[in-house]
Amino acid sequence: MSVRPVDAAQTSNAIPAGGWSLHRFANPGRFLRLSGKVLPWLTIPAILLTVTGLGWGLFFAPADWQQGDAVRIMYVHVPSAWLASAGYFGLAVCSLLSLVWRHPLADLAAVEIGPVGAGFTALCLASGSLWGKPMWGAWWVWDARLTSVLVLLFLYLGHIVLVRAFDDPVRGYRAGSILALVGVVNLPIIKFSVDWWNTLHQPASITFMGSSTMDASMLWPLFISAIGFTLAFAAIVVARLRAAVMERRIRGLQMVRAGSR
Amino acid sequence: MTHLPFVAASYSLAVLVLGGFGIGAWLRMGAAQRRLAAIDPRRDRGEPR
Repeated sequence: MSVRPVDAAQTSNAIPAGGWSLHRFANPGRFLRLSGKVLPWLTIPAILLTVTGLGWGLFFAPADWQQGDAVRIMYVHVPSAWLASAGYFGLAVCSLLSLVWRHPLADLAAVEIGPVGAGFTALCLASGSLWGKPMWGAWWVWDARLTSVLVLLFLYLGHIVLVRAFDDPVRGYRAGSILALVGVVNLPIIKFSVDWWNTLHQPASITFMGSSTMDASMLWPLFISAIGFTLAFAAIVVARLRAAVMERRIRGLQMVRAGSR
Repeated sequence: MTHLPFVAASYSLAVLVLGGFGIGAWLRMGAAQRRLAAIDPRRDRGEPR
């Protein structure tokens, strides 16, 4: 089994002198130092904002005049849906960095984003199903939006399996990267499925360019919850990536010790 | 039909997913830090890791 170089001493020569490039973070020692400083600044606001957003949505935001209290599921469903897609985009960027620039941390980042993204996608589907049952009378419909998000979950699961399917991890990273990049085509399908097809799922209430169709009393807790979920996702991925870098160094040291006996 | 069981179930799932991944990552990071500190030779030489 080959282990890619991640030792700070081994990778430091590859860093462009004085250059502020992505390869600065290919040095695991530098990454561990930087991420150690960043992690508390992600984790504490993530906990505070998520608790505030969900608490506000659950106890203080008004019920919808048509949907009643079921609308409170939105404060879980929308942030998890946003992160399902954003997480996959992050996975695809790491895959591109891995395939094109052979960035050693991008491989590990892609491996660590996969399960977290799959968890948030499963949460999106489950909360959507819990919202659909009282509103539509069905747990599931083969609607374009729901089906394309289900495909996203399968892409995540496929990536998780594929990167672990080879004896040589580098081959697994390559295969996983190709799958992740091919799967990017699903992201615009998810986004525009409610516009391109006649779906049971409602169209977007919040747009980047136009004004929101949602009242501010619902929009604010949703916004806070979305930021909290996003920071939580980032904190979890950074913590997992720190653990993965250290585990790789432990394996490297163990192999060196085994070889020297 | 009251919607509260559906709301409670979705919030419980959110806590389960966020808490599960968060605690899992924190425990894994702590374990890796302890194992690395125990075997890293640079620690004995006082070099930065």
